[in-house]
Amino acid sequence: MSAFYADTGTAPKTARIARKPIASGALVDQRARSRRLGPGKEIPYAGLLGPALLIAFWTLGSATGFIDQRTLSAPWTVGVTAVDLIADGRLQSNLITSAWRAIQGLAFGIVIGTVLALVSGLSRWGEAIIDGPIQIKRAVPTLALIPLLILWFGIGEGMKVTVITLSVIIPIYIHTHNGLRSIDNRYVELAETLRMGHTEFIRQVVLPGALPGFLLGLRFAVTAAYLSLVVVEQINATSGLGYMIELARTYGQTSIILVGLVVYAILGLASDGIVKLIAKRTLSWRRTLAD
Amino acid sequence: MAPHASRLTDNAVAIRDLVRGFNGRTVLDGIDLDIRRGEFVALLGRSGSGKSTLLRALADLDHDVVGTGRLEAPVNKSVVFQDARLLPWKRVLDNVILGLSDAGAAARGTSALAEVGLAGRETAWPVELSGGEQQRVALARSLVRDPALLLADEPFGALDALTRLRMHDLLRQLCARHQPAVLLVTHDVDEAISLADRVLVLEEGRIISDIAIELPEPRDHGDPQFARIRADLLARLGVH
Repeated sequence: MSAFYADTGTAPKTARIARKPIASGALVDQRARSRRLGPGKEIPYAGLLGPALLIAFWTLGSATGFIDQRTLSAPWTVGVTAVDLIADGRLQSNLITSAWRAIQGLAFGIVIGTVLALVSGLSRWGEAIIDGPIQIKRAVPTLALIPLLILWFGIGEGMKVTVITLSVIIPIYIHTHNGLRSIDNRYVELAETLRMGHTEFIRQVVLPGALPGFLLGLRFAVTAAYLSLVVVEQINATSGLGYMIELARTYGQTSIILVGLVVYAILGLASDGIVKLIAKRTLSWRRTLAD
Repeated sequence: MAPHASRLTDNAVAIRDLVRGFNGRTVLDGIDLDIRRGEFVALLGRSGSGKSTLLRALADLDHDVVGTGRLEAPVNKSVVFQDARLLPWKRVLDNVILGLSDAGAAARGTSALAEVGLAGRETAWPVELSGGEQQRVALARSLVRDPALLLADEPFGALDALTRLRMHDLLRQLCARHQPAVLLVTHDVDEAISLADRVLVLEEGRIISDIAIELPEPRDHGDPQFARIRADLLARLGVH
């Protein structure tokens, strides 16, 4: 402890000595230096490093027998399985079925959620009528509604898309509504002094002002859609990625389960990337803040 | 708008016995004020004297207050706020012509931007402009509407001293060209004397002085007459 204090005690002195030559006109090092108290220099492809290390560990572990094949198939087995699944068309057809369910649910959920948020955000009556039920719905996990929805809609596509839609509505509504309500009052005042009409006010001020909130809601909505997709496909399905995985579990085919999980990961990352790209395009007016 | 026959006067603005209050406190206590067409009136007063309340009453932005009195102002008026109040998601030109939908709006917006010295910045985003430039866009947004009454609520209060002087010149030129009646709310005595035809001092909700400024243009801050008016106004504001 005393050594620590001694160290910090001398630190300012050495710093002053180190700075002296610069002040007296010595050549200043022109290379970009990282911040003294920062986390360090930027690492190229830093985002891929962690996953690459994991795959390396997986490969090595499988090759040396450290990882049991029955617990976790080797990467090459997964690769071969993926090729086989693609060759006999199973992966594509299941992927298309799943993606179609997700897209339908997202589309319905986005439209319904946005309309509800607009009605509730723009009128006191709308809020009084809509906001309460939505908050109650928010308190009940969508997945808990599945038994009721099965009784209502059966186990077909209707039920599956409804579950996904319900789980998408909530984040879209919450964040769009929040975005609407947090539009600066000063802009409303401005619109009044410019004698804007109601439609124009909504078009020029409200919608663009609520867009950042909507896009944040969209990112949550995509995640929610996949979560619901996985669950509905493992409960009562005869097609789709979840069904493929569930079937593989019955037969103990770890490698097929892994292929399914990898596809889920790719789907999730890709759609998040798409939403981020949309945000970057449509919110370019804030680019100086975002970048 | 009241029909022409019942108008109080032929002036741009006519206010009679205007009373406004917030939470039981009287902010404006019987204001009478006429502003002629094309006249530049500066309104001075300490904070809390009711300057902004009067301006907001003229701008129809005071629906949340209780009050009585008669107030006549042209429908075609525009407001310049202390903050430029540009919509961050609209490019500069779209901010200038915001709310205008006629065919010639874009062309008029472009020439208004040129008038305030921002030609070529039409497609910039507001965040890319300096504070002074943003306030010039706000001026262009007001001018493009060719207002009969320009209401300005401490429009240069947030700018640095040099930029403020440049904005004074710009505002003087623009007013000479477009001839709107102007009500400029400010706490800067020099700003009021160098720009206005008439300076009002507001205290506790009443107009306590109404001074015509008859100095030749351009007005020199070092002129002894300027200094005399300044000393007089400062005394009325309670600063010695």
